[in-house]
Amino acid sequence: MQHYQPELTEQRILCASCGTVIAPNAANMCIDCIRADVDITEGIPKQATIHFCKGCDRYLQPPNIWVQCELESRELLALCLRKLKGLAKVRLIDAGFLWTEPHSRRIKVKLTIQKEVFASTILQQVFVVEYIVAGQYCEECTRVDAQLTWKAVVQVRQKVQHKRTFLWLEQLILKHNAHKDTSNIKEFRDGLDFYYTNRSHAIKMVEFLNSVIPMRMKTSEQLISSDIHSGTADYKFTYSVELDDLVCLTSKMARSLSDISPLALCTRVSNTLTLTDPITGRHAELRAMQFWESPFPILCETKDLIEFYIIDIQVESQAGRYQIATCEVARSNDLAHTFIVRTHLGFILNAGDHAKGYILANSNFNNDNFDVLAQGPRRGLIPDVVLVRKSYPNVRKKQRARNWKLKGIVKEEDLETVNRTKAEKARAEQDYEQFLRDVEEDPELRGMINLYKAPTAAGKAEDDVSMADSEEEPEEDFPEINVDELLDDMENMRIDDDEGEVVQ
Amino acid sequence: MAVRAQFENSNDIGAFSRLSNSYCLVAIGGSENFYSVFESELADVVPIIHTSIGGTRIIGRLTAGNRHGLLLPSSTTDQELQHIRNSLPDAVAVQRVEERLSALGNVIACNDYVALVHPDIDRETEEIIADTLKVEVFRQTIAGNVLVGSYCALSNQGGLVHPKTSVQDQDELSSLLQIPLVAGTVNRGSDMIGSGLVVNDWSAFAGLDTTSTELSVIESIFKLQDSRPTYVVNEIRDSLIDSMM
Repeated sequence: MQHYQPELTEQRILCASCGTVIAPNAANMCIDCIRADVDITEGIPKQATIHFCKGCDRYLQPPNIWVQCELESRELLALCLRKLKGLAKVRLIDAGFLWTEPHSRRIKVKLTIQKEVFASTILQQVFVVEYIVAGQYCEECTRVDAQLTWKAVVQVRQKVQHKRTFLWLEQLILKHNAHKDTSNIKEFRDGLDFYYTNRSHAIKMVEFLNSVIPMRMKTSEQLISSDIHSGTADYKFTYSVELDDLVCLTSKMARSLSDISPLALCTRVSNTLTLTDPITGRHAELRAMQFWESPFPILCETKDLIEFYIIDIQVESQAGRYQIATCEVARSNDLAHTFIVRTHLGFILNAGDHAKGYILANSNFNNDNFDVLAQGPRRGLIPDVVLVRKSYPNVRKKQRARNWKLKGIVKEEDLETVNRTKAEKARAEQDYEQFLRDVEEDPELRGMINLYKAPTAAGKAEDDVSMADSEEEPEEDFPEINVDELLDDMENMRIDDDEGEVVQ
Repeated sequence: MAVRAQFENSNDIGAFSRLSNSYCLVAIGGSENFYSVFESELADVVPIIHTSIGGTRIIGRLTAGNRHGLLLPSSTTDQELQHIRNSLPDAVAVQRVEERLSALGNVIACNDYVALVHPDIDRETEEIIADTLKVEVFRQTIAGNVLVGSYCALSNQGGLVHPKTSVQDQDELSSLLQIPLVAGTVNRGSDMIGSGLVVNDWSAFAGLDTTSTELSVIESIFKLQDSRPTYVVNEIRDSLIDSMM
């Protein structure tokens, strides 16, 4: 028995709209007619604008993120596609850049999309979207460029000879990133000006300063005109007492501070002052407000420090974190005269060490509090010498290159500071060197700020070794800065194109 | 002549009208526009009857008929039946059919000589169809669809079938019906031929969306280019004379 297997021939119909002979499909129209009939790109804009910041070469990703992307990069493509509204309704098959001149400020993207039209008819279409690259300054660049558009200024002043307070403050600000909202920072003779576009940012800065240093604040407002430039000026004095300064308190104040000796060393400055009695090792804290109620002048300051040589030391009692000791010292450059001193530095001083201190025996002070003390019943308590801290002259002699550095705030210099004399510049450099030494010798101070790794040259290190052959060995207990304490400096990390390897 | 029409914004005019060589039924619409289209084409030749079937307007899908008769579903009310009976010429037999597949328009496609019906239709109904419409009845499908009435439109001159009908099926149907068939569409690509098109020997009405290409296919397969009732009569007379001689 034979089966008849009919051969299926495909039916042909006329396209419903143009009459071409086609195979029947879901729409019963030829592809061209469907294309002409429905535009699946409808609702997708063929032109769009993207914003580009000339200042920092970044593109705006709405609402307010600026992203760096190369021309014809994936990131830029993603940014461009995000700009198109109607893409959610269709299926995106492919997207790519068409080449345009880099300076033409036009970006062309070729898109392939699919969409279902009629019943079960999927249409695919290729089209080009042109992006106009419009220039728009980003917020950061505007802030940098428009330096004068500030609304509030925080003026920080300290009327002292040296700059060390500000160097320290600068590091504190850097560590806490407190300067991030400033539109500009200017350096003046006695301090710094921080400019803000927003008054609340200025207030935030004032609060920050309040928490780290003892200070007094004055606020003044000035209406320049009815527009936004109503300038608010916050004006401040900072404290006049500096670390390691010897002060002489009035007996009344000394009594109120748990009856410490009127002669006290200022060992710590934060939002409170820590005063330490060098003879008993007792210390008292003085709040900023108390200080400003009756400020006291300084008896001796850092530049008056003299180096002493410890001839002999006898440890006595322990007082808090200090060890009281009696030692016999002589000035390093005049070993003929010796002094017997009680000091709070018993833990770190050994016979043969060097220490810095003030000599009161042959000094004349122009200080009312001291005069009262010197003539009063307690004049016998005034020591001849007050030792302040250990010094490391042998380490210093070597002039080693530091393996660390500090960052600085980018400041605009006042005309007055630009035109200063050579001597003033030298003094500023000396202040900075002194500050760096302080950082090196005081681990506590170091903990409060950020240190960064400095680029070290191998050749330079060898030179140091050869130079180190001096007759004296460096002190062993010099508080070296560990590499662990240092941070990597992001700015110095870059890829060297020539070598093709990462160089730090 | 092939004409475009629309019933209350719907292009499926085949659902709302039933056309044969001796009568035309149209649904009762909100306006007379739809009726007017038929009136202007057919007024002088055949009666045009406004009616509903079982209270609905989809009379084209519920009824089937040709020159000899009209089949109505069981849902037709006595009043409607009476109205139709009164309006139709005496020569046309009207018959109410007790059929489970009550949408007779969907399950029966016929011209004056042959009817294609749904494969599952009752044997009794098949006999009624044969008797009332005076046709040969064939159980068939069109392009795999059992609803033969929905997917084709037939006249004594030719027929339009579903676009996906294979050439073999089309040849088979053509030999059963003894008329030329063509696969095509109405209403800009719709394959529901029966609901988009009503046709008799000298006129055709298609949905308003029907393109000129589709209309030209309809006109050529149904031989409507210059057909008039008189032309058809002459043609029939000629063939009669031929056969008598």
